[in-house]
Amino acid sequence: MKQVYLDNNATTIVDPLVKQAMDPFFCQMFGNPNSLHRFGTETHPEMALALDRLYAGIGAGDDDDILINGCATEGNNTVLKSVFWDIISRTEKKRIITTQIEHPAVLHTCQFLEEKGAEVVYLPVNDEGIVTPEILRAELDPEKTALVSIMWANNETGLINPLKELAEMTKAAGALFHSDAVQAIGKIPVNVQDVPVDFLTFSAHKFHGPKGIGGLYIRSGVELVPLLHGGEQMGGLRAGTINVAFMVAMGLAMEIAVDALEYEDREVRRLRDKLEDALLALPDVDIIGKRELRTPNTILASFKGIEGEAFLWDLNTKGVAASTGSACSSEDLQADATFQAMNVDADLAHTGVRFSLSRFTTEDEIDYTIGVIKETVTRLRTISSTY
Amino acid sequence: MAKKDLVGGSLWDNYSQQVADRMNNPRNLGEITKKEADDLNAKLVVADWGAESCGDAVRLYWAVEKGTDKIVKATFKSFGCGTAIASSDMMAELCLGKTVDEAVQITNLDVEKALRDDPDIPAVPPQKMHCSVMAYDVIKQAVSIHKGIDRSSLEEEEMVCECARVTLGTIQEVIRMNDLKTVEEITAYTKAGAFCKSCIKPGGHEAKKFYLVDILRDTREAMVREKAGAEALKPSFSGMSLFQKGKAIEAFLDAEVRPLLLNDGGNMEITDLREDGENVIVSIAYQGACMSCASATTGTFSFIENALKEKVSESIVVTM
Repeated sequence: MKQVYLDNNATTIVDPLVKQAMDPFFCQMFGNPNSLHRFGTETHPEMALALDRLYAGIGAGDDDDILINGCATEGNNTVLKSVFWDIISRTEKKRIITTQIEHPAVLHTCQFLEEKGAEVVYLPVNDEGIVTPEILRAELDPEKTALVSIMWANNETGLINPLKELAEMTKAAGALFHSDAVQAIGKIPVNVQDVPVDFLTFSAHKFHGPKGIGGLYIRSGVELVPLLHGGEQMGGLRAGTINVAFMVAMGLAMEIAVDALEYEDREVRRLRDKLEDALLALPDVDIIGKRELRTPNTILASFKGIEGEAFLWDLNTKGVAASTGSACSSEDLQADATFQAMNVDADLAHTGVRFSLSRFTTEDEIDYTIGVIKETVTRLRTISSTY
Repeated sequence: MAKKDLVGGSLWDNYSQQVADRMNNPRNLGEITKKEADDLNAKLVVADWGAESCGDAVRLYWAVEKGTDKIVKATFKSFGCGTAIASSDMMAELCLGKTVDEAVQITNLDVEKALRDDPDIPAVPPQKMHCSVMAYDVIKQAVSIHKGIDRSSLEEEEMVCECARVTLGTIQEVIRMNDLKTVEEITAYTKAGAFCKSCIKPGGHEAKKFYLVDILRDTREAMVREKAGAEALKPSFSGMSLFQKGKAIEAFLDAEVRPLLLNDGGNMEITDLREDGENVIVSIAYQGACMSCASATTGTFSFIENALKEKVSESIVVTM
C-alpha cells in the first residue's frame, strides 16, 4: 500500500544528506569535544561549520549566542525560567505575556511559573487566528512586563503572527521578547536582523534534522540563567556533553532548509493549495485561517459530521498519515486550545484534521491523498448521525 | 510513573481487533424507516444522544414488535471516533432480540466486554471508556421515548463513575466501612476512577457533578463529625455511677498502664474504689516484679496517678 506522510508539523523525515553528514561522528570521530587529545579536537572544525550554518540560517550576529540544546521544549523552558529567576523573582516586573495558542512547552511552563509567583497573561487571537499588535498593546504595561513570548507560526493552523511589529512594540516597552519559532524555520524566512527578538527557539526535527537537538538564540547583551548547570559547554550556559553528530546534522539541515525556502514557497505551497482546493470542492468543508496568512505547508480542515480521530483512522488504513487537534485522540477530552482561542464553532473543535506537507511531498502523493479523502468523507458521513 | 508509562503507547494499539473490525465494517449501521418497522409489525423508536459539539453523538433505531415489546431490529448512526462507532455497533447488536425491559439492563460494561478479543484484556484504553457510556445512555433514551416516561425515572441513583458504574452511595459506604483515606484506595475497592479518570477531580475529560476527591473529603469530614458527636454523647466521668467509673479506670489502665508494667514483668490491680465527696479514691496493689521495685512507690506510683488525673479525671486520688 502507498504510504503518504502529511504530518510534517509533528516531525519530518531526516534528509538523507543530513543523515550522511552525521554518520562519521558515531564510529570514527566519536571524541568528546572538550577533550585535549586528537579525538576531541578533530570534531571542532565540523562543529564550527555547524555554528556558521545555524548563525547564517537565522541571521544571527557573531556576538549573539546560539546554544545547542536538546529541543525547543528545553529552549522554551530555559528562557521562561531564566526570566523568572533573573527578573520576576527579583524585581517589580512580574508579568509574562504569552498567548492562548502556544505549544504546551510554553503554556505549561507558564502555568508552572504562575504557581511560583509570576503573573501570566494569555493573549487571545483575533477572528483570523492572529495575535495582533493591538491585542498585545492592551496588556503591555512597561512597569510590569518582564517578558513577551509569542510563537512565530502556530503548529495547528500554520497561521503566522506579525512578529516584527510584536517584537518592536515589546522592545519599545522595555521588555524582553521570545519567540518559539519551531513551526517557522524551514517554512518561512526567520531572521533576527529584521525581527528584534531577544530569544528564539527551534528544533532540528521540524526541518529534516534528527530529533533530540535544538537551538536557543540569545541576542548579545541579554542575560541568561542556565537551566542546566554542570560543565563548561556552551560557555557554561548549557552544560552537558555536546551531541556532536546531531549538532553537525542540525547545521546542515538548517542550511538546506533555508536554501529550500524558495522551493517551499513555490512548490510546497502549490501542492498544499492543490490539496486545499480539492478539500474545498467537497461539501461542508471549512479551512481554518486565510491561505496567505499561513505557512505554505499547512492545512487545518474541518469536515462537517466527521469526528477527527475517525477521519485519521480511515486515512491510516489507506496509508495516509495526518493529525488532529481533536480532543478524542488525546488524554484530555477538552476541545483543542487553538480552536477555543479562535472562537471557532464548538462543532469544529472535534472535526479538525491537519495536513502538513514538506519539500519531500510529491504531486503523486497529493493526488493519491485527494482520492483517499473523498472516499473517507463519503464513508464516514454515511455513518454519521449528525450529517 | 513507571516503566510502562514512560513511552506513551499508541492509542490505536490498545483497541481490540473487534473494535477495529467494527470501525472498518459496522454490522448494524443505518436507519430503520417507518415502513420497515410497519412491515415488521413493529413500532419505530429513534433516540439521539450527545452532540457534535461534545465530540460524540449517536442515534439508535429500534423496531419494537407490537404485543411482545421485543426489539426485532436495531441499527445506529454515529458521529464519533472509532471506538464510539464500534461501541454503538455492538450496543445495537446487544439490543437485538431482547425486550425493551431487558435492553434497559444493558450497561456500558456489557458493551465493552462484548468488544473484547480476550476476556481479560479491555477492548479500549481507559480514556475511551466514555464511548461505551454513550451507548448505554442512548438505550436509556430509547426506552424513555418508547415508554413515554421521563428519563430520570430510569436512573436508580446518582452515578459518580459512569465507566465502572459506581454510585455515590456505594462510594460513601466503601469509604466508611473500610476507613479509606485516599482516592487510590477508592479506585482499588470500587474501580471508580480507574478508566477515563474524569470523576477523580475537576479538569479531566469531562466535567462531572461529583468528584472522588470531594466525596472522600466530605465523607471523611462527616465521619469525624459523627465520631466527635458520639464522644460528646458519652456521659462525663463525674456523671457516672461508681461502677461505671471503675470500668472507665480499668479500661484506661489496661490500655495505657498495664502494658508498660507487664514489659518489666510486673502488674497492678485495683483493690478498692470509693467516693469521698468530689474525689474518687482508687486503692491499688502491685503484683509481680513491681512488688519489689524501688520506684513502685515513687516514680511509677506518681506516673499512674498523673495519667489517671490527666486522661480520665482530675478527681481521681490513688492510694496504696
